[in-house]
Amino acid sequence: MIDFNLIPLLPEIFMALMGMGLLIVGATHGNQATQIISWAATAGLAIAALILLGIDWEGRNVLNGMFRIDEFSGFVKLLILLGLIASIALSVRYLQQEGMERFEYPILIIFAGIGMMMMVSSHNMLTLYMALELQSLSLYVLASFQRYSTRSAEAGIKYFILGALSSGMLLFGISLIYGFTGTLDFAVLAQTISGLETIPFGLTFGLVFVLAGLAFKISAVPFHMWTPDVYQGAPTCVTAFFAIVPKVAAFALLMRLLYEPFVGLAEQSGQILYFLALMSMVVGAFAAIAQTNIKRMLAYSSIGNMGYALIGLVAATPEGVGAVLIYLLIYMVMTAGVFAIILTMRRQGLGVHQISDLSGLSKTAPWLAYAMAILMFSMSGIPPMAGFFGKLMVFNAAIAADLYVLATLGILTSVIGTFYYLKIIKVMFFDEPTDAFDKGMPFARRAILLISIVFVLGFIAKPSPLIASAQSAASSLF
Amino acid sequence: MLDFPLLSIMTFLPLVGVLLILMIRGDEKDVAKNSQYMALYTSLFTLAFGLYMFVHFDPQSADFQFVEKSGWLKSLGFSYHMGVDGISMLFVLLSAFLTPICIVSAWGSIKTRVKEYMIAFLVLECFMIGTFCALDTILFYVFFEGVLIPMFLIIGVWGGARRVYSAYKFFLYTLLGSVLMLIGLLVLYAQTGSTDIPTLMANPVASHWQYALWLAFFASFAVKMPMWPVHTWLPDAHVEAPTAGSVILAGVLLKMGGYGFLRFSLPMLPEATEYFTPLVYTLSIIAIIYTSLIALVQTDMKKLIAYSSVAHMGFVTLGIFTVTVNGVEGAIFQMLSHGLISAALFLCVGVVYDRLHTREIDRYGGIVQNMPRYATVFMILMLGSVGLPGTSGFVGEFLVLLGAFQVNTLVCALAATGAILGAAYMLMLYRRVVFGPLVHEDAGKMPDLNKREIGILLPLVLLSLWLGIFPSTAMNKISPTVEKLVSDYETKLESAKAQTSAALEKSESRGVAAP
Repeated sequence: MIDFNLIPLLPEIFMALMGMGLLIVGATHGNQATQIISWAATAGLAIAALILLGIDWEGRNVLNGMFRIDEFSGFVKLLILLGLIASIALSVRYLQQEGMERFEYPILIIFAGIGMMMMVSSHNMLTLYMALELQSLSLYVLASFQRYSTRSAEAGIKYFILGALSSGMLLFGISLIYGFTGTLDFAVLAQTISGLETIPFGLTFGLVFVLAGLAFKISAVPFHMWTPDVYQGAPTCVTAFFAIVPKVAAFALLMRLLYEPFVGLAEQSGQILYFLALMSMVVGAFAAIAQTNIKRMLAYSSIGNMGYALIGLVAATPEGVGAVLIYLLIYMVMTAGVFAIILTMRRQGLGVHQISDLSGLSKTAPWLAYAMAILMFSMSGIPPMAGFFGKLMVFNAAIAADLYVLATLGILTSVIGTFYYLKIIKVMFFDEPTDAFDKGMPFARRAILLISIVFVLGFIAKPSPLIASAQSAASSLF
Repeated sequence: MLDFPLLSIMTFLPLVGVLLILMIRGDEKDVAKNSQYMALYTSLFTLAFGLYMFVHFDPQSADFQFVEKSGWLKSLGFSYHMGVDGISMLFVLLSAFLTPICIVSAWGSIKTRVKEYMIAFLVLECFMIGTFCALDTILFYVFFEGVLIPMFLIIGVWGGARRVYSAYKFFLYTLLGSVLMLIGLLVLYAQTGSTDIPTLMANPVASHWQYALWLAFFASFAVKMPMWPVHTWLPDAHVEAPTAGSVILAGVLLKMGGYGFLRFSLPMLPEATEYFTPLVYTLSIIAIIYTSLIALVQTDMKKLIAYSSVAHMGFVTLGIFTVTVNGVEGAIFQMLSHGLISAALFLCVGVVYDRLHTREIDRYGGIVQNMPRYATVFMILMLGSVGLPGTSGFVGEFLVLLGAFQVNTLVCALAATGAILGAAYMLMLYRRVVFGPLVHEDAGKMPDLNKREIGILLPLVLLSLWLGIFPSTAMNKISPTVEKLVSDYETKLESAKAQTSAALEKSESRGVAAP
C-alpha cells in the first residue's frame, strides 16, 4: 500500500523548486541579481502562503505517516511564511548598505524556511531530524554571512558548534526512545507509551535529551548561552531573521512532540518545562538589565519571552497552546517592528548598536521614537498594546491550570523586564540628543514597521477572530 | 435608556483629539498653539458630555446606568462592558473636569514639546475615564494600567531635576502592585468563570479564596492610593512632575485606589474585607499621623502637599473600611474634595514656581503684599484642605470620623488627632509663604495672578465651596449606591457566617455520631 498523496506538501515542494530555480538564476547572473532574487523570493513565499491557504487543513497523515497536515501545522506554517517574507524584505537594503549583497542570502532563507515547515509537519522522528538539520545548516551559514567580519564568523562558529552539540543530544535522545519503544512514528509512539505500565528509565532519559536539544533551538535557559553572542555577532538582518522565525518553528515542533508522541510522559516533561520556563524568565529579566548593546539586550529579551511562552506549554491545555500561538504571533510582529528600527540605526553609513546611540531620538527622529516606544511598552506587556494580551492569555491559561506559583513568579519577572524596556524609552525621550541617524528608511522597512505598529495598537480593537483561530488550531493537537 | 453610547464617547473622544493634533502641520509655534487649543476644545467637549451624564443620571437608582455591553474578547469570555453608578459617576466627571484645567495650566509653563504634552494629557484622560467606567475586570485592568504610560512620559520628559528616578519609581512601583492584581483577577476568573464586575459583585467568590485575592488587590490599590508604607513613590513623583502632572496625579490617579477598594474588595471579597479591617485601620492611622508629622518638617512646598495627600488618603481608606453608610459616603466625598482642593493647591504652587522657579518654602514669604488675589485663593484652598466647615474638606472628614466613631472610638480619636496635625502643617505653610516680612526681593516683585491663572483656579475654588455648603448636590447621587453597597456587604457577611456555622454544626454532629 503506497501512500503517495503529495497535495499537503505542495507549499514545501513549491518552495524547494523556487529555491533551486532562483539558485540557477543566481549562478548565471551573479551577485548583482540579489535584489531581484530577493523580491522574487518574497513573491514566491507569498504564493506559497496562498497555496497553503488553498489546501485542505483537515488533519491527516501522508507519506506513510511521515508527514502530517492539520490545522495546527497550517496556522504555524502561515506564521513562518509571513516571518520569512518580513525577514527577506527587511534585509534587501541592509545587504546593499553593508556590502554583502550575495544572491545566496534569500535562497538560504528559503531553504531554512522549508526546513521549518517540515519541522512543523513532521510526524516521524526521521522527518523531524532531517527538517531540523536542513533548517539549522542554513542558519549556521547565515550567522557567518558577513565573511570578513570576525564577529560574524565567531557567531557562526559558536552557533555551529553548540548547534551541532544540541543536534547530537537530540539524536541521542531519539535513539534512546527508539531503543525503548521500537518505533520512530509519532502515532505508534503515543500508543506504545500509553500502553506501558511503568515508564522505563531509558525512555525518560531519551525525553530529557530530546527536550534539551529543542530547548537549545528555542534558547531556553540553561541552553541559552549562544543567543547573546550570535544575536550580537551576526549581521543585523540575520539577527532579525533569527529573532522572528526559527523560534516559532522550534516551538511548534516542541508542542507537537509534547502532545502527540510524548503525551503519556506529561508528568516527566512537565517538570522539565516548568524549570525551563522559570529559569528563562528569570535569566532573561535580570541579564538584560546590564546590557548596553541593543542586539544583545534583545537576545536576553527573547530568552525571557520564550520563558513566558513556555508557561503556556507547562499548562498543557488547548487554551495554553492557543495562548502560546498568539504569544508567538504577537512577539513575531513586535520583533519585526523593532528590527526595522534597529536596521535604520546608522551613522555615516555604519550601523550603530549601542542603546546610548538612541539618545534623544525623540528630538532627532520623533516618529521613529514614538514607534520604538510603542513597541517597547508592548514588549513589556503594558496595556493597551498587543504584548499585554499575549501575556494575559498565557497567564490566564496558567492560572486555569492551577499554576499559581509559576504565574506569580512570571509576572514578577515581567516587572523586572519592564525596567530595561523602559531604559530604551528613557534614553530616547529623557536624554539629550546626539547626532541624528542617517536619513532615509527604505520602503519595505517602513511598511513592516507600519504594519507592526498598527497591529500592536489595533489588536485590542478586534482580538477575537485571531484568538479563535489560534485556539481551534491548538485544539487540533489534542 | 439612551440611544447613543455616552460613556464610550466620553472615553474615546480624547483619542479623536489626539488624531487631530497629530494632523496639525506647520512651524513649531503654530503647531504648539493649535494643539493647545485642540486639546482644550476636545477636553471641553468631553466635559460637556460629562455634564450631560451628571444631569441625566438617575439619583434614585443604585444600579449601573448608561450601560453598554458588547462582545470583545469573546473566545476568552471577556466583554466590553461600560457603565457608571453613584460611586464612579462623580469620578468620571472629576476626570473630565480636571483635564481642561491641566491643559490650560500648561499654556504658560510648558515650552518644549507642547504638542506631545497635549497628546499625553488627552491619552491620560481616555484611560482615566475608562478606568472608572469599565465593568469588566480585564477591561478595567487595561485602562488602569494604561494610565502608567502617559504619566511616565509626563514625569520623565517635562519633570524636574530628578525626573528619571521619579518616573522609574512611579512606573515600577505601581506596576508591581498592579500585576499582582492581574493575577488576582485571573484567579477570580478561573474560580467564578466571570469577568463581569456586576456579576462578581453579586456573587462573591468562595471564602477560602478571598484572603489571597484580597491581598493581591490590596497590593495594587494600596500602592495606587497610596497607603503607608508603600507611599514613598508619591512625594518623588509629585516633586518632579510638572504642575499639571501633579494636579492629575493628586486629583484623579490616587482616587483609582479608593475606587478599586469600593468596586472590588468590599463587594467581591466581603469576608476577607472584614478579616483585614484591623490592618487597614492601623495603616490608615499611621498614614494620618505619621505622614502629617513628616509634612510638618518639609521645606519643599510640593512635598508638603504630597505628604498631606497621603494623610488625606488615610482618611479615605479609614472611611471605606468602616463599611458604614457615613464612612463610605465620607470617603467618597473626601476623595472628590481632595481631588479639587489638592489639585488646586498644586496649581497654586505652580503659579509661584513659574515666577521664581523654586519650591523652597523659605524662598518666599510676605507675598500677600504683592499678590493679594493669590493669597486669597490660597487661603480658601488651605482652609479647605484643613477641613474648615463651609469647605468641601469638612464634609468628607466629618463623615469619615462619624463613620469611624460608630465602629471604633479609639480609631476615631486617633484619626481626629491627624486632623489637628493637618491644620498645623497647612497653616504653617501658609504663614511662611504668604505672611511674614518680605525677605526676598525677587519674591516681592512677583506679579499677582493673571487672567489665565484665575480662570483655572476659580472653578476649583468655587466648586469646593459649593460642595462645602451644598454637599447634597453630590451626596444625593452617591447615597443610594452606598446604601446598597453597605447593606449588600452585611447580608453577604451574614450568609457567609450562617454557612460556616452550619458547616461547623454539621461536622460537630458528625463528630458526635462517629463514636
